[in-house]
Amino acid sequence: MAGYILRRLLQAIPVLLGTTFLIYFMVFAMPGDPIAGLFGEKTPPPALLEQLRERYHLDQPFIVQYFLFLGGIFRGDFGVSFSGQPVTEILAQTFPVTLRLAILAVFFELVAGITIGLIAGIRKGGIFDASALVISLILISVPIFVIAFVAQYVFGVELGWFRTTVGAGAPWKDLLMPALVLATISFAQISRLTRSSVIETSSQDFVRTAASKGLSRRRIVPVHILRNSLIPVVTYLAVDFGVLMVGATVTEGIFNVPGVGRTLYQAILRGEGPTVVSFVTIMVLIYIVINLVVDLLYAVLDPRIRYAK
Amino acid sequence: MPSNTDPKHYVAPVEETPLVAIDQVKAEGKPTNLWTDAWRDLRKRPMFWISSILIVLIVVVALFPGWFTSTPPDNNCHLADSNGGPAAGHPLGFTKQGCDVYSRIIHGTSTSLAVGMIVTFIVAFLGVISGAIAGYFGGWVDAVISRIADIFFSIPYILAAVVVMSVLSRYASVWTISLAIGLFAWPTTMRVLRAEVLRVKNADYVMASTALGVSKFRILLRHVLPNSIAPVIVVTTLALASAIVAEATLSYLGVGLPTDVMSWGNDISRAQNDLRNNPMTLIWPSIALSVTVLSFIMLGEVARDALDPKSRAQR
Repeated sequence: MAGYILRRLLQAIPVLLGTTFLIYFMVFAMPGDPIAGLFGEKTPPPALLEQLRERYHLDQPFIVQYFLFLGGIFRGDFGVSFSGQPVTEILAQTFPVTLRLAILAVFFELVAGITIGLIAGIRKGGIFDASALVISLILISVPIFVIAFVAQYVFGVELGWFRTTVGAGAPWKDLLMPALVLATISFAQISRLTRSSVIETSSQDFVRTAASKGLSRRRIVPVHILRNSLIPVVTYLAVDFGVLMVGATVTEGIFNVPGVGRTLYQAILRGEGPTVVSFVTIMVLIYIVINLVVDLLYAVLDPRIRYAK
Repeated sequence: MPSNTDPKHYVAPVEETPLVAIDQVKAEGKPTNLWTDAWRDLRKRPMFWISSILIVLIVVVALFPGWFTSTPPDNNCHLADSNGGPAAGHPLGFTKQGCDVYSRIIHGTSTSLAVGMIVTFIVAFLGVISGAIAGYFGGWVDAVISRIADIFFSIPYILAAVVVMSVLSRYASVWTISLAIGLFAWPTTMRVLRAEVLRVKNADYVMASTALGVSKFRILLRHVLPNSIAPVIVVTTLALASAIVAEATLSYLGVGLPTDVMSWGNDISRAQNDLRNNPMTLIWPSIALSVTVLSFIMLGEVARDALDPKSRAQR
């Protein structure tokens, strides 16, 4: 176990270095003037240009620049936004909101996805299974911003069930709708994953044994089938986090949720390159750490992984 | 003593063994392989036909928009028609700028499809080459390629594209946006192919070819790749669908295609400000986008079912 954790931690190091290097490379080693490129269509004042050039050490050789950037990250220095606020400070204000939104969304998608996937898998080939497939395919095909706009228009504007934008302090009540929208992306994946996993588990010998020793269906389904089918769903949650972050950027922008996603969205809209880069770097780092944690959790949950190698 | 060429006297009569099924295979029947089996399976499924017909239709619309509408999409717009409802010759009404919604959707098809195709090409090219080399040669080559793929895989590709496109905003075009998406979407294909190659390379026929003195490179091309490409076809079909969504998302976020390029993502992005007055200008391009994506996802799904014996057994 300790060996596995150590190996997994060591494997994460090149990925961490590589991703930060890649992001840095994308921004500062591409053809053209990187600083001017960061401003998009706008023309920045020369004083700001000079200041930025100094901040990003553009007078140094590329590799030195990268290590200075990396050193900054390790010291928790992600730079300063256009309004002069340190990025870490903005993060401290916005991250809790996004975290609450994400927790709600994951809760919705897990409850709905696992329930529907389980029923579809147990009654495979039935009407329920077929309609679940059609609905999940449609949900996968409709982009998140369309779902968000339609939900906002139908439930917010026409029916008036909830406020179209989230109020100050982002109360849980206002986060319900954005979280439901955010949950639709992964709900489809989770229900399909649960369904195929349930079908596979149902044909395993231990399920047949349980049935032949006279256990009731009511006990076999939750205890023997469902529990053993959830392993791929747990792994998916790590991938899901990346989906959630992209989804949150769009959903928070539309519902005006004061979270990390909206900050990134507004920075993109305003063409604030350095802020965009800082936030994407932070999101990628969080994503890698979450992946690592899920992998380790997975090893704790499933002894087969631990002893495989 | 029966002759050696006629072994049936050594074993139980065929009728008394479980082998009776073998006897029922018609001698004149052609040998089947994965592809003929898959085709037989595919053509029975309505979802395959629905998605194929839709895809053919979408491709025709993209290639010959003039066949479907005679209204020019971006000039000849009259502000007098701003946010107007359906009128004669304009079945879906008008945008805020007074342009014909239907015509814009028809003319925007080629953009989405082009991005989807170019990204798929990049993903297939990078993914197949790296996956085949990593899986087949193994060792340190595999370790290096897999770690590089891990790095690209750990950046959600829309976020990566956001960074690339905000730096390259002045060069934004169908090509740069496809490159930005494709450059970060290939690791999935690479991983799928690598796993397949690892499975296939230990097969008896590969060993037989090695024994016959066939070169390593030739074995890879002639035996290993053709036998491991099936799941790649499924993931690339799905990659095409997600590339179309990614383009629309980037255009929606404002770091996608330049605003003068006709695309569904741009139209949706522009219509969002008029959601309360004229929601249909947002809904129509969204429907076009979703139907296109759905067609490719359905095709990918049926292809997966047909090509994967494991999922076939489950149905």
